[in-house]
Amino acid sequence: MSKTYSRNSVEKNKRIWAYVFLIVPIIFYTMIRFYPTIYAFVLSVTDWNIVSKDLNFVGASNYKALVKDAMFWITLKNTIKYVVFGLPISLLLGFILAYQINKIHFGDGLFKAMYFIPYITSMVAVAWVWRWLYQPVPIGAFNNLLSSLGLPTQGFLLSKTQALPSILGTTIWADLGFQMIIFLAGLKAISPQYYEAATIDGANDRQMLFSITFPLLKPTIVFLSITGMIRYLRIFTQVMNMTYQGEGGPLNSTKPLVLYIYQSAFRSFKMGYAAALTVVLFMIILVVTILQLVVTRHEN
Amino acid sequence: MGEESPHRIQKEEMMKKATIMLLVLLMVVPMLFAAGQGEKAVADKGEVTEILYWQYFYETKKNLMDDLIKMFEARNPDIRVTQQTFPYENYNTKVASSVPSGQGPNVINLFYGWLPLYIDSGYLQPLPESNFAISKVESEFFPLVSAAKFDGKYYALPTAVRSLAMFWNKDLFIEAGLDPEVAPETMEELIEFAKKLTKRDKNGNYLQTGVTLELRGQMHHVLREVLIRQFGGAPYSDDSRKVTYNNQAGYDALKWFTDLETLHKVGVPQYMTDDITAFSAGKMGITIDGSFRLGNFDKLSDTLHYGVAELPSMNGVKSNFASFWANGITSTTEGKKLEASIKFLEFLTSDEVMEMWLAAIGELPAKKALSLKPEFANDPKYGPFIRGLEYAEATKFIDESEQRVVWINAYDEVVLNGKSPKYAVDKAAKEEQAVLDAYYKSK
Repeated sequence: MSKTYSRNSVEKNKRIWAYVFLIVPIIFYTMIRFYPTIYAFVLSVTDWNIVSKDLNFVGASNYKALVKDAMFWITLKNTIKYVVFGLPISLLLGFILAYQINKIHFGDGLFKAMYFIPYITSMVAVAWVWRWLYQPVPIGAFNNLLSSLGLPTQGFLLSKTQALPSILGTTIWADLGFQMIIFLAGLKAISPQYYEAATIDGANDRQMLFSITFPLLKPTIVFLSITGMIRYLRIFTQVMNMTYQGEGGPLNSTKPLVLYIYQSAFRSFKMGYAAALTVVLFMIILVVTILQLVVTRHEN
Repeated sequence: MGEESPHRIQKEEMMKKATIMLLVLLMVVPMLFAAGQGEKAVADKGEVTEILYWQYFYETKKNLMDDLIKMFEARNPDIRVTQQTFPYENYNTKVASSVPSGQGPNVINLFYGWLPLYIDSGYLQPLPESNFAISKVESEFFPLVSAAKFDGKYYALPTAVRSLAMFWNKDLFIEAGLDPEVAPETMEELIEFAKKLTKRDKNGNYLQTGVTLELRGQMHHVLREVLIRQFGGAPYSDDSRKVTYNNQAGYDALKWFTDLETLHKVGVPQYMTDDITAFSAGKMGITIDGSFRLGNFDKLSDTLHYGVAELPSMNGVKSNFASFWANGITSTTEGKKLEASIKFLEFLTSDEVMEMWLAAIGELPAKKALSLKPEFANDPKYGPFIRGLEYAEATKFIDESEQRVVWINAYDEVVLNGKSPKYAVDKAAKEEQAVLDAYYKSK
């Protein structure tokens, strides 16, 4: 009897220890993630200015102001542009890369590494290097090249129409490695027997691509779309570092919602208003994610 | 050892549980209470009063302050001052976010344009009349220091003030066939000089620009306080609550300024990222900047030979923009720490420190009599700045960064969007008024 008791106690002990180890990250995560998230909702109905001691309840006035705020709509529109143009292009390029690399056997490791390096490089460093590349003559590499070829130089980050695509270009370039690796994993998981069977049946590359590869890659595509969309909705670092003094210029043409939240909170110290913007962004991300999950579950 | 009894095992079990609880507490508790402990340790020392001083990191300022603190401590052996610095880019954010956490300094260095926010929220306490009498402050300091006066009380005082002046590159002047010792005296001359100093390739790219157009640097001040006044206007009402440049003077000022790029083609904003880089690299003929830049440019004395002059006049009007960083005392400072902080602030605003500050940093003494001493006022480098101070204006900013963006956007509306200066200025006025209203409506 005493033996079983002791075995139980060992099991119990193990469990307790497991909880002890697990509780530390949980406490930490609750404090740095869930608490601020919930607190943002509270702040969004106050007029707190970060240095003031009192929080005044202002009801929905931050939300009302937000609807009338032209800057909110501009930044929302910019954010949507980042998602709508950035996500499909990066998915497409990521897939093409993975598809091609999957075909080669010699030196594929090198290619994978080359494409993946930008993804693990600090975004701040990437942004600053690209910012220099985009500069006008005489310091920008792209414009120097254009100029030496006798072609007209481009405004890039200084142009109202080119600035957002320029930043997006950098983002996609940095993002590509991640998309590629996940696609590659998806491709490797498809059993070669399907292709063998299809080849025997006389299917061509195109038919195999559309009838075998894409359908079987669906979970990968869904995963990359959801994570990618969230990443593009939260775009910030690139714009902060690639536009002068993190303005999101010229004329707010590159400013995404998150940068506007940052500026409201930490430059103008309108914490209540920034919290209201955050809640709106939170809702957008939530709705988009639920929609995607529902759509895919439905099809499954 | 004999057979283990269930009783004993139970006891061990409880011991283990207790150990685990203890471990958890050990891990979690220090995180929660680490915050409050630093200050207690200081207070317990008894005789010596410790105070904390914050400023942003600027190498020469930090080093000079270290020396000043040593001097101060030698004279006041019962006070210890600790200096902490933070990067300039995030300094305001850092200060603001330290307030809710209850951590922070006793004496703090703040840009005058940020003062409304901190005074309003009760972060700073008014300087005591017994040590800093208002009448004395106003007779001794430059009038622009009144930007630190709110509701009839001074909340902060500067060691030094800054104004703007024109820097010109003598080597580029010689190359362009200009006399390297003669700077433009009027804005019309400035354009003529700038045209000669500009070099472009056959595609129109700038290889060298004539003059700075950096609204993101100092030029938004020039537009506001210099050009608008020179065109016969005033940027703000006397009580600083209303913008008053949405009239012909404002339109003319923006047109004159945007013409530099669109009509005269003597420069472009963000050339080589900013005007400091371009002028340092010898790729810009004329720039406008503060005296604090002398230190940067002097380090390049091998390749950069420059002169300093007062800002050019127009229509017979001279104007300038002045600004300052001021030291204030936080409201939570009391008792012995308050006494020590007051002593430290008196020291920082003494003639002695102001002279050392000028020599080491290049910022001008905040006391009029001291700045105007012939040895300073006639100095070839400091002179133009000091003479500029006499007719300088300090904008009463509410939110400097937002008010700057308003003018950057006005410029872009004209140059990038092809809108008229009138449209751009009217839009800017509306936006800037909204910033002012948001602040003053609560007054």
